[in-house]
Order: sequence, then structure tokens, then C-alpha cells
Amino acid sequence: MYRTPPLRKLGVLLLAVLPLVLAGCSSALLDPKGQIGEEQRTLIFTSFGLMQIVVIPVIVMTLLFAWRYRSSNREASYRPDWHHSTLVEAVVWFIPCVIIVFLAALTWYTSHSLDPHKPIAPNEEQQEPIEIQAVSLDWKWLFIYPEQGIATVNELAFPEDTPVRFRVSSGSVMNAFFIPRLGSQIYAMAGMDNDVHLVADEPGVYAGRSTNYSGAGFADMTFDAHVGTEEDFESWVAEVRESSQALTYPARYDELAAPSVDNEVEYFSEVSPSLYESIIKSFQAGGDHEQRMAEYADSYAEGFGHGGHGPAHSDDGHDESAESHGESMSAEAAE
Amino acid sequence: MFGKLTLEAIPTDPIIMTTIAGIVVGGLALMAAITYFKKWGYLWTEWITSIDHKKLGIMYFLVALVMLLRGFADAIMMRSQQMMASGGAEGFLPPSHYDQIFTAHGVIMIFFVAMPMVIGLMNLVVPLQIGARDVAFPFLNNLSFWLFAAGVILVNVSLFAGEFAKTGWLAYAPLSGKEYSPGVGVDYWIWALQISGIGTTLTGINFFVTIIKMRTKGMSMFRMPIFTWTSLCANVLIIASFPILTATIALLTLDRYLGMNFFTTDLGGNMMMYVNLIWAWGHPEVYILILPAFGVFSEVISTFARKRLFGYGTMVWATIAITILSFIVWLHHFFTMGAGANVNAFFGIMTMIIAIPTGVKIFNWLFTMYRGRLEFTSPVLWTLGFIITFSLGGMTGVMLSIPAANFVLHNSLFVIAHFHNVIIGGVVFGMLAGLTFWFPKAFGFTLNEKWGKRSFWCWLIGFYVAFTPLYVLSFFGAVRRMQSYENGDWQPLMIVAWVGAVIIAAGIACTLIQFYVSIRDRKQNQDVTGDPWGARTLEWATSSPAPFYNFAHLPEVEGVDDFWRMKERNGGVAPLSEAPYQDIHMPKNTWEGPVLGGLSTVFGFALVWHIWWLAIVGGIGMFAVFMARIFREDVDYYVPAAEVERIESEHRRRVEADASSSTHATQAGGQA
Amino acid sequence: MSTDTLSNQDDHAHEHDHHDTSGTKLFGFWVYLMSDLVIFGSLFATYAVLLRGTADGPTGAEIFELPLILISTFLLLVSSFTYGMAVLAMNADRVAQVKTWLGVTFLLGAGFIGLEAYEFNHLIHLGYGPDRSAFLSAFFTLVGTHGLHVIFGLIWILVMLIQVQTKGLTDMTRPRIMCLSLFWHFLDIVWICVFSFVYLMGVL
Repeated sequence: MYRTPPLRKLGVLLLAVLPLVLAGCSSALLDPKGQIGEEQRTLIFTSFGLMQIVVIPVIVMTLLFAWRYRSSNREASYRPDWHHSTLVEAVVWFIPCVIIVFLAALTWYTSHSLDPHKPIAPNEEQQEPIEIQAVSLDWKWLFIYPEQGIATVNELAFPEDTPVRFRVSSGSVMNAFFIPRLGSQIYAMAGMDNDVHLVADEPGVYAGRSTNYSGAGFADMTFDAHVGTEEDFESWVAEVRESSQALTYPARYDELAAPSVDNEVEYFSEVSPSLYESIIKSFQAGGDHEQRMAEYADSYAEGFGHGGHGPAHSDDGHDESAESHGESMSAEAAE
Repeated sequence: MFGKLTLEAIPTDPIIMTTIAGIVVGGLALMAAITYFKKWGYLWTEWITSIDHKKLGIMYFLVALVMLLRGFADAIMMRSQQMMASGGAEGFLPPSHYDQIFTAHGVIMIFFVAMPMVIGLMNLVVPLQIGARDVAFPFLNNLSFWLFAAGVILVNVSLFAGEFAKTGWLAYAPLSGKEYSPGVGVDYWIWALQISGIGTTLTGINFFVTIIKMRTKGMSMFRMPIFTWTSLCANVLIIASFPILTATIALLTLDRYLGMNFFTTDLGGNMMMYVNLIWAWGHPEVYILILPAFGVFSEVISTFARKRLFGYGTMVWATIAITILSFIVWLHHFFTMGAGANVNAFFGIMTMIIAIPTGVKIFNWLFTMYRGRLEFTSPVLWTLGFIITFSLGGMTGVMLSIPAANFVLHNSLFVIAHFHNVIIGGVVFGMLAGLTFWFPKAFGFTLNEKWGKRSFWCWLIGFYVAFTPLYVLSFFGAVRRMQSYENGDWQPLMIVAWVGAVIIAAGIACTLIQFYVSIRDRKQNQDVTGDPWGARTLEWATSSPAPFYNFAHLPEVEGVDDFWRMKERNGGVAPLSEAPYQDIHMPKNTWEGPVLGGLSTVFGFALVWHIWWLAIVGGIGMFAVFMARIFREDVDYYVPAAEVERIESEHRRRVEADASSSTHATQAGGQA
Repeated sequence: MSTDTLSNQDDHAHEHDHHDTSGTKLFGFWVYLMSDLVIFGSLFATYAVLLRGTADGPTGAEIFELPLILISTFLLLVSSFTYGMAVLAMNADRVAQVKTWLGVTFLLGAGFIGLEAYEFNHLIHLGYGPDRSAFLSAFFTLVGTHGLHVIFGLIWILVMLIQVQTKGLTDMTRPRIMCLSLFWHFLDIVWICVFSFVYLMGVL
């Protein structure tokens, strides 16, 4: 007899969830295009469902108890000193415990099976895995194809049904590499070599971006991932190879690494060998990083330090900063 | 002479200029009014130098409400920007401004709204609940407030001079390092948080000692009210976690000021260390906020269900379990850093284990209503809204805690929706419930219920309208902290979220109107008994507002909810204190606290702008004032018994006059 | 900070005398020390993580001079003993002895700080300042934070010397001497951790 209000509330709740359900077909996470993403979607649904065992009763009981034991309802029993029931307490500890045991088992299992570092073993339909190196710069993505000897900025392509090992690092602050339709993201950190294994099941253009805020140009730090057949990929590689640009290290790389917003797609037909490793090493001791960092800081301060926005490729002020850094450099000389 | 500070530091952005003009005009008008009404002396002796925990609590709340307006202005601007900046449009906020706004919003809402509300409520309530005359260290309590105020001032000064951090509220290194954030924004962040954080640590120590050492006779640990218990646990968390924040910020300071290499990308620095340290503080921090809110709900639900709290012991143990667990889950904030599967799984499972004691608490509140007589006052509405909203927020929290799911949900709007779900649904609802519940204890009259309920409905509906779209958007790949986005399909949901924010704004407006109406009608809403709700714990045993010495005779306690028992024995009304009275030993006011706060503001400001001479002046000034305090001996005095008798008999007269003119239906006796 | 606090209960208040002022102060000071310990814990953890972040700069083994550190360790340990003597003298109400032992403790602590200043200065002179590498940043910060605490303790000893001189052993000065005692021994314990964890393990 007290059903109407709770039901109405539930209806409102369902209504709130409705867009989610309707949007399923166009939603990146609910309509994944790769094996990792699919497993993650299943996991989200499973955990969501499991928790309804507690959440729905709680909502119903809240509304029911509140209404039933309202002060104006003199029919309901009133026991002001009733404050303990071993049975109730046992049940309220037991049920959450059981659910959490299930979820914990699921967590343990999926943490291992969906570990981003775990290579995807190709099945019969899949090709041998390939490797792509992704480096986050301010504020663009550099993708290096070590096997093909090419590189691109803000555009990614790889064949379908081919497990890809993305090695992810940063030439600047921390970012995160994420293609929502394919699954797991991973942090990109300077001087560190992180990785995530992904695979696409069908062709398409999938949006990717940095998800970890990294400064002024963060919003536009997006790229498209073109997934096609093996032939599509080959022709894309050929197109990149036609580019007249070569990505030399450190000269051209430094130019590229200077802060820029909403960078255009760029192709490089040639790449310094072991560029990715050089970028990582530049942050470690013995690298030339300190010197370059000083130059970077200058161009950064000019372009972005005080609220301005727009790319800064200035060469001014380098001498001065090199001098001021001379002091700390002399420390090394003293060794 | 002025370090990095030049006239160029004053922003020229029209939005900021208008704000500055408004604040300056408003501030001048306020000061002129105080001068005109000759209230400076009153402010100084009765409030600024006061060591009375109740007044400090009120001041904390006042500052928190003012900062809520500023933090919410940031929120509205963010929602407006995201509503507009779709599909190539740039909106009205350039990244340099937008990035400051979301950073300021987070910092302000956590440090300068939620924390002072929680600490303010503890100040107001805890000593009264345990039957104490004051806190253990009254001077430190005043100092804590002024250090907190120094942080507030620094954050607001960043509007006028320079900029605020553009790094996100936790200022992740290396983005917050001097190479990537050369401006003064991060320095404002550093000094505002460092100074107010030290104040918070002192508060934690103070209240921990107060609760452990100063409980009245008979109040064993397991007879303490639940709000005191949750405050105790929150203070343990403060003592154990805020020093980590202090250390972390200090290391970042050394990186920025002395060129050290803790968190730099090069020379051996380790940015992951920063993220680990900041969350080793940051996760306990959210429990510092939510535990006292749990306490408020416990008090509210048992008071208005006219029934003892169900499962007191379980409630306490669940609180303790949460306290301990909150220290071993910090890594769940960065599963995507790529630690091994075992590490991620461990922290994920620890996190979801917290859901067990939390779930138990929720069931305990439900079973407190069961077989009770629930009155739908506005604190009860906040509580019911909390139980439902928080359950949903807890559910999304558990989803986030599963590492494999976190790999797609992390950094997305799902995270934003989740923590607003628990912070608005938990902390904000809790603090507003607590404010309504204890307001009469602080001021002697109740808040207007009609406007309180309106505020509740606006907040509740506004919350769902604003944040459900964010949950949905996260499934489309929308991430946090975007100044603009390409995908035009997201715009309709962003507009819905904006509408939600506006509804919440209406809720805040209702609260302000509620204050106005309640103050206007304070004669009708007056409560002379000191116990307007027919409540259960000791804070209601004294008059409202409580006399500065809290209790003429310190009460003796024989069980949980002992004030309820006292009333039952006394025929349903609160027993009044009887002569003979004794002299009461009380601390004197302190000028040192506010002066130290002022000097630390100067000190922080000087360091932000590298004005070294001024920093030295500020530092020496602080040292000198501190020495003055140390050498001062007249820090306390006795309130003569005759004075106590005068105050108490006046209270008796008012109660008796009131009782003869009206009957109080809400009295406990009426129910029993 | 907790030295100049006040409890609302003291010997004259006859209601519920079980809360004594000095007990509350000492307990509060204990709690403060625990929170300080968390700061040191964070710094130790940072040091452990950054130990290998030498960036081609020197390692601990190359720069630590154990004989010097042994002398400063000895100074600090003895100063704990002399402070203990000051407390014993206080309990026996011997004001002159209290001042003497506080003075000796001050000199030993000042010697410790002098040696540390020498060590730091020497390292910076060699070009191994805290900005040279993450390891050195962590080293200077950990050891320097302890040193700052000792300097604070020295100032406090001076304050107590003045207060014992002007006020004698009163209800105000006694708990402060006890709190300072806790503080001083605490610094000793932290130093033993620094000595074993930083210097000994660094050299071994």
C-alpha cells in the first residue's frame, strides 16, 4: 500500500539510466571494437549487476522505512529502545561480504587477464603482433613505427586483427594514451617506458586522446586511429614514406617537441634509429637533457607561462639560459 | 624590491576585473559599515581573538560558506564553458583561464569549503558532546583557524595579483615543476595549502587530545556519541596523513625554489613518487571529510526517529575499520600508471573491502528508522537523500576500484561524477544537515524549515541533473579537464549538466534566503530550552547558545545517549543546573593567534613573489610573536561562581517563562 | 608549538580533577611527535626511492665521511644523556643543576649542528649540492630536516634557560622541560635511523 512513491522514484531512476542504454550503439565504451575493450565492457556490466543486489534493496528500504515509520503513522510499531539484533547485524555484514568476495575474485582474475602489459597472444584469425611507439609531447602525439622506420604526428594507423604493442613514453609532462573504443589507457611518463597491448577487431576510424591533463593545449591533444585491412595499412605506410620530412634526433625532434597547440597531422618518411630510446634516455643521467630542458623552458615561458596561447618557436634567449645553466653544469665538471 | 611582483601581475581579463571590482567595493562597504557602527572593538574582543570553540566553529562555517560561493562560481563557469565549447567552438574561457578555474574549484571546495565545514562542526559540537568546557589547547585552536584563514586569503589574493595554479587540484609533478609552470600560480597553491595544512594538523592533534583526555565523568569511549567517534577517527586520519601533505608540498617547494630534483623529469627525479605521496595523503583526506558526515547522519537519524541508533557498536567498529583501510588504498588513484597486476589487484581489493563497513553503516541507519517515529525535518531529508545518493556513489566507486575497469574509466568524467556523487551526496548533504541540526545550539533559534527543504530538493534534483549526464558522457570517451571538445554529440548532455548546476545554484540561493528569513524571524523560532529537537546527547543539555563555559556543572554520564535518559528520569524535561556553583577556570583570549595568521599570510605572499626581505620580516615577526606567547603567563582566569549563578539563573527564568507560555510538543517526554 | 597550551582543568579546579594540565600537555606533545614522525617517514621513503637517482653524480659511498658522522652521532647521544640529567635535577628541584645540564646539552647540540653545517658546506663546495641529483636532494632534505629540528630544539633550550632563570621551576616551566625532553630524545632516535639507514647503509 506504500508502493507508489518508491515505484515512481525507481521510474525516475530508470529514466536517468535510459540515455545510457539508448546510447549504447554509439557509445565508445559500450560498443567497443576490440577484444580488450569488450572484456572491459563485460566486466563493467558484471560488477554493476552484482552491486544491484545491495543498491536496489537499500534504495527500496530507505523509501519504505522512511514512509512506514513516519511520525504521523501511529499504526506502525514504535520501539525507541530497540537498537540491537544479532540476526540483522549478521545479515548486513554477511551480504556485503559475499558480494565483495565475488568482486574480489573477479578483480584478481581480470587484473591479470587484462593487465595492459600482458601481450595478446594472436589467435588463428589474427596476425603477428606489431609494435608502435607513442610519445606524448606538448601538446601532440608522436607515433614511431620502428619496423617501418617512419613516424607520424597525431595520426595512427594499424591493421585490424593485429595485436599492437604500444610502447608509451613522454617527452614532457605526464599524459595518458587512450583509444576508448579499443580499451585500456596507460600513463605516458618522461624517462619511462610503459606499454599497453590492444587489438582492433574491425576497420574504422577511432578517436584517441590524452586523458591526463597536461597543460594549456591538453584539450586538443587528440588523434585518429585508422584501422583497416593489411593492404590499407601498407598503402598508408607508403603514403607516409612519400613525405619529404625526416625526423632527425635531436635537431628536428627538438623543433617538434616545442609546445604547440592543435598540431596538424605530420608524416616523417625517415626516423633517427632508436629515436624512442633516445627520448627516454635524454631524461636520464648523461643525456643531453639538461641543456635542452633550459631551452625548452624558455620557449615555454614565452608562449605559455603567462596565459598566452599559441605555439612558440622562438630561438631568443637561448644563450642566456645556457649561461645560467653553466653554473650547475660546472658541478658535473668538478667530478 | 618587490621580487617578481609588477603591475603586470594584475589580470586584465574582463571576468576577473569585474570580480575584483565587486570584491573591492563589497569589502570597502563592509569595512565602512563596521567602522560606522563602531564594531571593530567588538569583532576583535568577541570573535577575532576568541578562543571559544563555539565561536571558532561559527567562523569556520562562515568562511566556508563564503568560499562555497566562490568555488561554485568556478563550477558554473566550467559548466558554461563546456556547454559552449563544442565542435570547434572555443567558448568564453581560454585554456589559461579555464585551467586555473578547475584547479581553483577543486582546491577551494576541498580545502576551503569541505574542510572548514567539517572542522567547524567539530569545533561547535565535540566539546559539548563530551561534556568539556573547551578543547585541550584553546590557543592552538584559535591559531589553527587563523592559519586556515591565511590560506584562504592567499587563494583569493591570487585572483588580484598574478594567477592561480593551472595544474589540477593536486598539482601533479612534473607539470607543477618550475619548467612547466614558471608562473606564480603553483606557488600560491603551495603556500595556501602549506599554511592552512599546518593549521589542520594542529586541529587534528588538538581534537584528538580533547576527545581522549577531556571527556566528562563516566563517558567511556563506548559511551561517546557517534559524531564524536567519527570526529576522533577523522582526527587520527588528520594526524597521520596531513604531515605527508606537508612533506610532499615541502619537497615540491624545494624543487621550485632551490632547484632540487625530487620530482623533475631529469637528474634522477621521480614523478611517480609525487603521485604516490600526494595520494597517500589524498585518500585518507576524503575519509577525513566523510567520516564526520557519517556522524552527523547518525545523530540526525536517531534524534528524529526518536529511537536509539541501531548497532552502536557495529557503527564504531565500522568507522575504525574504514579509518585503517583508508591508508592502504591510495594506489587506486593511479592504476593506469602501469604497476604490475598483483599490485593493482591488491589495492583494488582493499578498496572494495571499504564498501563492507560502509554498507553496514547504511543498513544501521536504515534499521534506526525501522520501528522509529521519523519526523521529516530538513536534516532528515538530507539524510535520506544521502543514503540513496551515497549508495549510488559507492557503487560507482567500487566499479572504479576494479583495475581492469578503471583502465577505461580513469581520468574520464566518470571519475568526476563519482566523487561529486559521494562528496555532494555525502559531505555537502552531511554538513548542511549538521548546520541545520546544530544551528540552534550556536545561535539560540532554529533555521526556517520551508527554505531548508527547498534547498534540499534543489540540491538533490540539481545533483542528479548535473552529474548523470557526466556518467553517460564518460561512456562516450569524454575526459576530465577539457577546455573544449570536438565531438558535437556531447553538447546536449553538457547542456543538461549545466541546467543541473543552475538548479544547485538555486539550492544555494535557498540556503542564503533561509539564513535571511530565519534571522528575520528569530523571535518566533527562538529556542530557550537548549533542546529544540528533543535530542539525545549532551550538547543539548546546556542552554542555547551555550554559555562560554559550556556547562555550569560538568554532567556525569551513565550510558550512550545519556541526555535522553536524564530527561526520562526528570519527567521528560531537561534537568536544570542547581546552585551551589563553583568558580570556573577558563582560558583568556589571544591576540597572538590572529597576528600569527596575518604574518604568515605576509610570509606566504612574499615567498610567492620572491620578495625575500618581506619573507624575512614575516618570518622574524612570527618568531617574535611566538616568543611573546611563550613568555606570557596570564593566559587564564577564573569565572567567579556568582557570575555563573547570574548567567544560569537568567537562563532558568527564561525557560520557566517559556514553559508557562507555551508547550513544547517536540519534547522527549511527549513521545515517551 | 604545544608548549604554551592550556587546559581548562588544573589543580585549582575541583571538579573532575582527573584531567591534569601537564598530563594533557605531555600527551598532546606525544601526539605531535607522532605526526612529526610521519614527516620523517615520508622523507625516509623518498630517500629510499631516490637512492639510485644519482644522475651520474656521486653515490653515498663516495661522499659520506663516516668518522665525522661518528663524532656527531656521539655528540647527539651524549646530549640525550645530559638532558636526562637535567630532568633528574628538575625532579630533585635543583635549579642550578638544571641550568648547567641544559647548558651542556645546548653546547653538544650546537656542536652537532656545527659538524653538519661543515659537512653540507663541504659537499656543496665539491659541487655536490642538493640540486646536483635527486639522490643528493633527498639526502640534504632528510638530514637537513633533522638538523632544522635540532636547531629548533637549541632555540627551545635557550628559551627554557631564560625561563628557568626568571621564573624558576614552576607549573609552567616544568611541563615544558618535559616536552623538550621528549623532543630531544625523539631527535636522537630519528638520528639513529638516519645514521644507520643513510650513512651506514650508504657506505656498506
